[in-house]
Parts: sequence; structure tokens; C-alpha cells
Amino acid sequence: MKIDLDFVFLIGGEAGQGIQSTGQILSATIAKNGFHVFADQDFESRIRGGHNFFRIRTSDKPVQAISEKLDCIIALNAETITLHKTELKTNGLLIHDSKSAPKISEEINSFAVPFEKLAVEEAGNRIMRNTVALGAVIAVVQLDLSTLESVLKTSFGSKGENVVKNNLSAAHAGYKYAKENYEKNFVKPFNSKQTEPKMLLSGVEAVALGALASDCKFMSGYPMTPSSGILHYFAGKSGDMNVVFEHAEDEIAALNMAIGASYAGVRAMTATSGGGFSLMVEALSLAGMTETPVVIVLGQRPGPATGLPTRTEQGELNFALHAGHGMFPRAVFAPSNAEESFYLTAKAFNLADEYQIPVIILTDQYLSDSYETTEEFVLSKVKIKRGEIVSQEELEKVGKYEYLRHKITSSGVSPRVFPGTPNAVVVTDSDEHTEEGHITESADVRNKMVEKRLNKLEGLRKEISPPKTFGLEDASTVLVSWGSTFGTLKEAVELLNSQGKNVRMIHFSEIWPFPAKAFIKQVKDFKELIVVESNPTGQMADVITGETGLKVGKKVLRFDGRPLTPRYIIDKISVEA
Amino acid sequence: MVSLKDFENGETAWCPGCGNFQILQAVKQALVNLNLEPYQVVFVSGIGQAGKLPHYLKCNLFNGLHGRSLPVATGVKIANHELTVLAVGGDGDGYGEGGNHLIHAIRRNINITYIVHNNQIYGLTKGQASPTSEIGLTTKTTPQGIILKPFNPIAMAISLGATFVARGYSAKIPHLTGLIEAGIKHEGFALIDVLQPCVSFNRLNTYQWYNKRVYDVTTDSDFNPENVSEAFAKSLEWGDRIPLGIIYRSKRSPYEQKLTALKTGPLIKKEPSIEKMKRTIKEFIA
Repeated sequence: MKIDLDFVFLIGGEAGQGIQSTGQILSATIAKNGFHVFADQDFESRIRGGHNFFRIRTSDKPVQAISEKLDCIIALNAETITLHKTELKTNGLLIHDSKSAPKISEEINSFAVPFEKLAVEEAGNRIMRNTVALGAVIAVVQLDLSTLESVLKTSFGSKGENVVKNNLSAAHAGYKYAKENYEKNFVKPFNSKQTEPKMLLSGVEAVALGALASDCKFMSGYPMTPSSGILHYFAGKSGDMNVVFEHAEDEIAALNMAIGASYAGVRAMTATSGGGFSLMVEALSLAGMTETPVVIVLGQRPGPATGLPTRTEQGELNFALHAGHGMFPRAVFAPSNAEESFYLTAKAFNLADEYQIPVIILTDQYLSDSYETTEEFVLSKVKIKRGEIVSQEELEKVGKYEYLRHKITSSGVSPRVFPGTPNAVVVTDSDEHTEEGHITESADVRNKMVEKRLNKLEGLRKEISPPKTFGLEDASTVLVSWGSTFGTLKEAVELLNSQGKNVRMIHFSEIWPFPAKAFIKQVKDFKELIVVESNPTGQMADVITGETGLKVGKKVLRFDGRPLTPRYIIDKISVEA
Repeated sequence: MVSLKDFENGETAWCPGCGNFQILQAVKQALVNLNLEPYQVVFVSGIGQAGKLPHYLKCNLFNGLHGRSLPVATGVKIANHELTVLAVGGDGDGYGEGGNHLIHAIRRNINITYIVHNNQIYGLTKGQASPTSEIGLTTKTTPQGIILKPFNPIAMAISLGATFVARGYSAKIPHLTGLIEAGIKHEGFALIDVLQPCVSFNRLNTYQWYNKRVYDVTTDSDFNPENVSEAFAKSLEWGDRIPLGIIYRSKRSPYEQKLTALKTGPLIKKEPSIEKMKRTIKEFIA
């Protein structure tokens, strides 16, 4: 597959140097020119020092994977050069501060710009060295300075006129310096302006936006990487969108609050990571027993315990499928990318309401923190389905205070009423309960209630979309992925097939109830099943075998906390082939 | 007009002579006195003998997990602050398992009335030490006698700036009824700690034990429950004399009056704005 434009930037430096904002501004500037962007972040669990980087892959076609090979390094400190120079392609660009004069080979096209000096002289503060760097980069790759200016205005607008003015001066200084000193060495990877600008957002923003679009009115949470961004975005919008975010005292409270709000009639969610989800497990079971709809985002990071707090893994699939004491139905989704994070969040709310169950959305640090360009989300595609709710007339027929919250039905779903409705009381219990909702020890009622709750699985199963397929239709080698691995494996499959291999992929975004029949049909005459997952044992492989009886031949696994890349997958497959 | 009969519901599963019966009676009477209909009231309870109380009432009920009544009640109140929300549980539930939630419910000052049946022992699990059990008491989990200092909910609540802190006694039903009414009417979080004998497992803190010690704070004409220092001093009284009544009261806007989204009406009644949502999505266009 030929990609006309495939240009990768890496911005590196210490925590506290503004790596993330520099990355976001450069991504936005490129996206504003109509190009596609996919950017991942690698950072340490510290506020100052250490080494962080933000990698931006740009293309004139949609791109959803990272590439280890770099075209341009923007080094905000000397360490970045030492750590990443071997990743730079031949004749790659290195833009660095003049004060860090690295020893580099002649094959590197190097641009020394006095970032810090210019920041002090032109913008009055060394902190703006990253904006000087941005000005220089824009000059070197010959993008429009005016686009950068407009992104800077949007990004810093809320911080006041002075901050905007100083950032603009810093950018101009970097741009001017590069132009005056290095114009003959400039490159032009970006051809003319592409299509209309697209959305540029991160996985966490897409989930939170999906929640708002689904009319989720209440979110409670306790900060935990990598899901804090969901809480931040929702909280930031609470005034404007008339919703409530509550910073709970702990994750136990967070899920219990969401359950309370949902019982009272508003759509509610919470977001956390593995450790926080561990604390939520008891309340997850409560949602199952009381049949209270709730959406929980479980942003995965490497465990056990605190693990690698700022890095990525897909290690909580088994946990999400099995968490909670007792047996109750649930749905588990794992969005592939930002777009799916938006639409699957909306679907999660619908299934939660229609089946009165907890729905878990499995993301991970890689998806959460990656920024990507995507087509504008279409609000009309988000249909809000609140499930069966008893109308006032129906309630009158039932009789005063005769409403049964847990009425036995063939679907297992008991139509809801919200507290505060005249002539009805809504009773539910974490103990086994009668149809009315009151505590009981009756063996007969127990049997009926267990069956009722589990009967919901039958309808729920039909709601699950079949896995996505991609690649050569009759290929006998089938690669299987789930969640955020989609774009990476898709590119690996394209590359393998372009090299004359014969492979296809099947990808799960809607994992539970497991679409076993659809999967069996899709794999049909396969010779070899290979799972590709970011965890040490291949949890999806076990789910597939458990649910279908099919044996998985190979596992391509990664568990060092770093994201899978197309190259990593291809290398592993080739070595083992 | 509602009557006690409107709140009648089902048979109880408590031990004969249990203080819970008296608390149930006071709760019903308070709801009747306030002319609340069962559909307007939401009880959230935890697990324990006290957590069963709302099952014996006709009202909306969420009987959740041990220690977790306050976060659920908080969610209910945020979703629909027109509802009268009460949380109920025992001393183990509220002061042990749910202690952290109590601290933060007080800080939020959300308009919930929290009734804690404080019998200084675990009843449902059959007689283990609770956070409020007296030093020296031997129980199944403290065979050599309790060595931990008992938890003082009244002092803690005052120190955190709670806006309504009261202590009742189950055997003084009309007095307790008044406290519950005042707690419901109070704008903000109201903690009502209710002393209650456990006739099956607590042989120390019996009716006789309490009867000898309790007195009504309003009989102390010098005491001003709106003075935090006096209230704190009063909260430390325990032993020969145990004060009953409103120990501390102050004014602070409740949670639901401070949030933008809730100022214009309950969350549940808010219609989503398609136009605002479209504009919000557009904010991500590069």
C-alpha cells in the first residue's frame, strides 16, 4: 500500500515543558490544513522531569496506528536527542535548542534554534520555548504560519490576551529565526491543503462527548489515569450543558452515586481504571441485583496493583467479564478508536437502560490519550432509547401503590417508574427481593428472580453487532484483535498482504455477550487463528476458546506498557512463522 | 391528609422489644406530621437490622449495600432534589463501613436526613463490637474486651461543620419524632444519631442504662446549639449524663442550591439541548 504522505513528528522533553500542549497545537495545526493525524503520548508518572514524548503521525489518508520511524524530532531537551536519534529516518529532521549541541551523524538534517533565548527575549518567559519550537517547525516543514496563529489563539484564548500575545511573539520568533538561518534546508512534506478540516480529539474526549450526546446527566468519579480526562471534560461542560459532575470521595462512592442517580431516573456513569474498578466491583453487583442501568468506563493500564500508571495494556478483559459477586447479565464494549468511543458510549447507555444492566466500556491508556482526526460525529445517529417506562395511564390501571418494580416478564425486563411519580413507590433491594422489591427468603421467588435477571441475556445477545472483518476474504490465516488494537492490526494486515502474505482480521468492539455464532461464521475455513493483544497471556484467546471451542494457534502479545505497532506485529508473526 | 395507615407495610423481622420498632414509629409519625405522601419520600438504606426499616414502610426504597447508603442517597438527591431523601442504617453501617461517606456527605451538606440506629453493637451478624461499643465490652470479636476508643459521631460531625447534628433515643418516641421532622425540614445534611438498646446482643447499654443517663438539652437553659464551642463541649458529654436533642445547628447553603445545573430545577426534568450538543461537537473541529 502506497501512502503519499506519511510523516511522523516526535516532540520530546521533560514533564513540565509543555510536551502535551505542544503536541496538541501541532496536531491541530496539521488537522486544520485538512490532513489526517494520529498522535500517541508516552509519559512518566511524574509532574516535573523525566522523559515524555508526543508522537504525531500525519497522512493524507485516514491513519490509526503509530510508526516507530520518525521524520522529525522536536527536542525540547538534550535527552530527547540521545533517546530518539536512532528512530530518525535517513535525512530526517532534528529541531533542537541551540544550547544542546548534539553529536549527530551527517545523515541528520539538523536545525539549531535558540528556543529558550528567543522565548525570554521575545515573549518574556522561558516557558514559551515550546512555542518558539512550534514556530520553527512550521517554518521548516513549510506550513502556513497563519494556521498556527489561529490555533494558538484558540488554545490560549481562555488564559487572557497577554498569554495569547506572548505565544504569538514566541511563534513568530521561532519562525523568523528558522527562515533566516535555514531556508535552503526546508522540506515540503505537506502538499497543498487537503479536504475540509476534521474533528481532532482524544479517546477520553470522545467517550465524554458520547456521554453528553446520550443525555447522560450525571457523572461521578475519582481521578485515575488514564480515565481522568473523561471526568475533566464532563466536569468542564457541566455548567454549559446543565449536567452534574461529582468528585466522589472514592470509587466505591462514585459507582454507588451513579446507581442512585440512575435509580432516580437520570442517565449516569462513572469512569476509572483497574484499581478503581476493583473498588467498584461490589456496587457493580448491586447494579446487577437492583437492575439499575449504569455505564462504567474501565480505562486499562498495566497492573497488578499500581502497575505502570501512565502506560497501556489490555489486561482487564477477564476482570470486566467476571467482576462482581453473584451472577447477573452485563454488556462489555471495547471501542476501537475515537469515533467508536463516541458511538459505542451512546449504545452502552441504550443497552443499560433497555436491559437495566451495568455496561462496561473497556478503553486503555493508548486509546484514551491518543488524538486522532475523524469525520464529524453525527448527532442524529445517536438515538436515545430509555427502555420500557410505565406511562401515567398504565400506572392508573395498575392501582395506587401497586406498581411492581421487579415484575416478572418473559424478557426479564420490568418496566420502570422513577421515584416521585404519584401513586407509585419504587422499591428495590440488594437482598433477593419480591416483584414489589421487598426483601424475601422464599425459594420459589429466588428461583424466579434469578431466571428473570438472566433471561435478559437472550435479548441482549441479539443487540451485539458482529465483529468487524478486514483483509483478504478467503485467507486461511486469521488475525484477531479487540479494542484499541484495531487500527494497528488493520495496517499490519494491509502491509502483510501488500508483501504477498495472505491474511485477514476479525476485530471485536462489542465483546459481551460474546458474538460466538457470528465469529464462527466469519472464521469458517481458517487454518490458523492468531490473536493480537496487549497482555501477557492472551485473554481474548481464552474467551474465544471458551465460547466457541476453537483453538488459537499463535498469540502476538505485548505487555511492556507500550502500545502495539504494525511493525511489532509483523516482526512477531514473521519470526514465529 | 396522609395518616399513619398510608405508611403501613408488611410484617417486621426484628426481635421483640427492639428499639427499631420505636424508631419506625417515630419515622412514620414524622412523615405524617410533615404531610408527605409515600411517593414523595425516598429511603436509602444499608445492610443491618436498621437497614430493613424502610421495608416496613410504604415509600420509595433503595436498600443498597452495607455502608453505602449515603452515596446512593446523594445520587438520588442530585438526580431529583424535589424528593425528600432519607438515609438509614446502623452504627456499623454508617460509622464503620461507611465512615468515609459520612465525612464527605457532611462536607457536601446535601439535603439528606441521615438516621443512624446506634445500638453500640452489631445485631444482624450477631453481637460483634461496633465502632461505638464501650471500652472493655467483651464481644465475639473482642473476647478480651474492647480496647478501641468509641467513635463519637456527634463530635465528629460538629468538627466537620455539619449543619444539623442531633441525638435521639428510641424509647422517647415523641422527642425523636420531633428531631426527625426538624431534620427533614433542615436545608442541608442532617445527622440524627439514635440511641437504641439491642435486646439480644448488648447487655450493657440497656433501656435501664439509657433511662438513667439521658436528658433533654433544652432543659439546660444556658446551652445554645448555634454556638459551635458550646455544641462541641456538649458533644463530649457521655457517661453519667447523655444529652438528647439538637446538639448543633448552623446555616450553610446546601449542595443542590450551589450547582448551576440544579439551580433552575431538578436534573431529571432538564431537556437535552440538541443545538448546544451540536455546537459542542463542533468545538472539536480543528
